[in-house]
Amino acid sequence: MVNRFMQSRLRDLVFLAIILFALPAFLSNPFHYDLATQMAIIAATVVGLNLLVGFAGQISLGHAGFFGLGAYFSGIMTGSYGWSSIPALLVGAVLVGIIAWIVGRPILRLKGHYLSMATLAVGFIIAIIINNETWLTGGPDGMPVPSLDIFGWELSPFGSYSLFGMELDGNQAWYLFAALVLLVAVWFAQNLIDSPIGRALRSVHGSEVAARVVGVNTASYKSLVFVISAIYASLMGGLYAHFQGFITPAVAAFDFSIVLITMVVLGGMGSTMGVILGAVVLKLLPQVLADFQELETVMFGLILMLTMIFMPKGLLPTIQMAVSKRMKKKAGGQA
Amino acid sequence: MLKTMLRRAGKFAAIAAAGLVMSAQAAEPIKIGSFLSVTGPASFLGDPELKTLEMYVEKINESGGVLGRPLELIHYDDVGNASSARNFASRLIRSDRVDIIVGGSTTGATMAAVPLVEQAKIPFISLAGAVVITTPVKEWVFKTPQSDRMAAERILSDMKERGITKIGLISGTDGFGASGRTQTLEVAKELGVEILADVTYSGSDTDMTAQLTNIRNTQGVEGVLNFGFGQGPAIVTRNYAQLGIKLPFYQSHGVASDGFLDLAGASAEGLRLPASPLLVPDSLPEDDPQKEVVQSYKAEYEARWNAKVSTFGAYAYDGLMLAVKAIEAAGSTEPEAVRKALENIQGHVGVTGEFNMSPEDHNGLKADSFRILEVQNGAWKLIN
Repeated sequence: MVNRFMQSRLRDLVFLAIILFALPAFLSNPFHYDLATQMAIIAATVVGLNLLVGFAGQISLGHAGFFGLGAYFSGIMTGSYGWSSIPALLVGAVLVGIIAWIVGRPILRLKGHYLSMATLAVGFIIAIIINNETWLTGGPDGMPVPSLDIFGWELSPFGSYSLFGMELDGNQAWYLFAALVLLVAVWFAQNLIDSPIGRALRSVHGSEVAARVVGVNTASYKSLVFVISAIYASLMGGLYAHFQGFITPAVAAFDFSIVLITMVVLGGMGSTMGVILGAVVLKLLPQVLADFQELETVMFGLILMLTMIFMPKGLLPTIQMAVSKRMKKKAGGQA
Repeated sequence: MLKTMLRRAGKFAAIAAAGLVMSAQAAEPIKIGSFLSVTGPASFLGDPELKTLEMYVEKINESGGVLGRPLELIHYDDVGNASSARNFASRLIRSDRVDIIVGGSTTGATMAAVPLVEQAKIPFISLAGAVVITTPVKEWVFKTPQSDRMAAERILSDMKERGITKIGLISGTDGFGASGRTQTLEVAKELGVEILADVTYSGSDTDMTAQLTNIRNTQGVEGVLNFGFGQGPAIVTRNYAQLGIKLPFYQSHGVASDGFLDLAGASAEGLRLPASPLLVPDSLPEDDPQKEVVQSYKAEYEARWNAKVSTFGAYAYDGLMLAVKAIEAAGSTEPEAVRKALENIQGHVGVTGEFNMSPEDHNGLKADSFRILEVQNGAWKLIN
């Protein structure tokens, strides 16, 4: 019974839920909540990107473009046109999905470096448009975004709320909300992975030719997962914009695409929990290293480099392997 | 016997404890928070700003601090990224619990932090340029550099004095150039200057001859203004000379540094720009109230860091001095009192200009705090 539970895909989800809801015990001030909320939002984005990178084996260097598009669509629609947040998020996601589908179809026929270059170009184009259309986006100096409203109920980092008789400040409320969003994102991703679509995707990753031989429509599966990961990015971009209250074109910039990919690779490609760990580590490092001042960037690079040299599979898979090896050894010793 | 000893010990303990409490109170530092773009693409702003803050916090502490309390500088590097700037502002306010923030090298970084600052009700002195920071006035946000709008006013009125009323505008598409372009277009309308050509270039362009040819071929242009930042304006200046355009040429305050002269070389000859008096400390007339402040800042900075002083560092100098003055006037670090004191600062002579704050003006500078300089024989010459 316990064993079966440990094998099931619910295991990770339950662990994650326990960690997420136990975490507030260790958060001592609003800044910690602030950071944890951002981590959850970015982690959900990376979970979506991992579907594309980790499972379908396709590389996107333009994902920040979709994130930024979602962020700016929400920001502009709620800020300048008086939309409510939820429709803005959903319409934005649909639009980004359509854009991803249109560019994805021809792009995903490309392989290897060509594919990464094409996604890179898409990301750049989006970033340039956001940067230059000052009348709409505020240009390089950015634009303010109203706080999130969920059918008339406003969720602002500066508000105060009561939940089941507990007094929460805005940051705590946002954290709980973001934690729920992350859980839903992980739940959806894991269901997708364990569905026929997920198996088809993994076959594409393993060998595209073999997949095609057994009758998998590789092109359509690849563009489907590209669209899904773009929608993840768009939704999270929108939430991020509402949470931050101010966005600049940096959210759509190439640098951020690289950060997202790095989170996937560092945490462990193809491991949903791994990429969440990757997001947490990469979000946390700049804050931890802030005390090193000028050496911050050097330390950052060094940590990434050493991790990739000694843990090429990524943080979590390497740790898991080490743990299970030890457990087996122990079990062997006892028998 | 035992009793007296105990009593004495008790007395000692009490005195010691009181002493500890008192020294703790006396040593309670005033926390000055700062987030600056010390590395990354905007490091030419953040680096001199941080050096200035570090140096003057030390100096102030050596001479006894403020209100008898030492200053403590808590600073983070936002790498020129607005999201990190916002996160570090959040950390300064919520985790480090600073008394005042002096920072924000770029407009993006500043604006990203504004919602947090306004909500937390902490005085914030920004070191970034664009006019949006203090217009409309935000209760808790102040800034030390002149706005790009003032630069546009200063340039266009100098042009008008020379009889130039029809100009060509070439600007960068980065934040500085884009905001400068908008302000120039607005100010031009007010001053009755016609902009006949309006072209842009992007930050990574390496040749602007096409845009300049476009301006040259526009009938009736009497002068050209380049609003930009970084190396773009240096390239524009070189191309301008290569094309042999003889019209009066203006740059913005964005390139008012000695580094620009090195980049542009002989092509810069004859161009004019609005700049801080810091570039020409010794040519200032003796009766200029800023002369002393400017000269001593330049001397102290260059002696300490063995590097050329920069206008951007001066923004940080003015920001810190305004903060100190306000805290002294308020007599405490109580945020509302400090904010009020900042608003009431009158006739404060800084390196950038003379600050006259008011509830309607959180910048406090006038357009004439910019001096018009001309490049003559490869050096800055004070015109006005």
